[in-house]
Amino acid sequence: MALLAPADQDKLRESFSAMSSPVRLLFFTQALGCETCLQTRQILDELPALSDKIAIEEVNFVLEKEKAAQYGIDRVPAIAVIGQDAAGEPKDSRIRFLGAPSGYEFISLVQAVLLVGGRGSNLDEANRQRVAAVSTPTNIQVFTTPT
Amino acid sequence: MAFANPHITATAVEATEFPDLARRYRVTGVPKTVVNETIEILGALPPEMFIEQALSYDGGDANSKFQIPHS
Repeated sequence: MALLAPADQDKLRESFSAMSSPVRLLFFTQALGCETCLQTRQILDELPALSDKIAIEEVNFVLEKEKAAQYGIDRVPAIAVIGQDAAGEPKDSRIRFLGAPSGYEFISLVQAVLLVGGRGSNLDEANRQRVAAVSTPTNIQVFTTPT
Repeated sequence: MAFANPHITATAVEATEFPDLARRYRVTGVPKTVVNETIEILGALPPEMFIEQALSYDGGDANSKFQIPHS
């Protein structure tokens, strides 16, 4: 059953139609002891139906510890947004979502998919240069709530 | 910001699902941003101000103007 209203599906389909490169959402999940993993899966399942450029790849957090470590995932549900470089190779955007992307977080996820899928950055040139000048590992965590 | 620089990782954390993290980083309201476990920004800011505060550990704007951006 669709979680999104038909009108919202149409709007998203239109937004995603501007994507120029594929985006893969690595979804780290586990069957037991994860209250919101199923809900996250249901939300993510909405997306590939709206664009053939969006794919979901489920990763078992319990069995695939190495992959979780590779992407810096230490709890679930988690989503890693993976794009593609000019040569068509996977390129980690280093954008992550921890917890179910419902409410406003869903909008953030859609924005991340569009950004990585070819829309490019919303930063103006001065801000982009300032950010590009960072040379030390920087970990930004943004805490939000669904409403 | 993560998209614009390979040194940057950005994670959106659903605070109510991870109360341990919310406690550890003293999340009393949202949005709350924590950079490298030390810099804390409560609330939403215009992009310039947000970037300035978030990157304030990194030498500030004065130097960055003369650096060559990473490709």
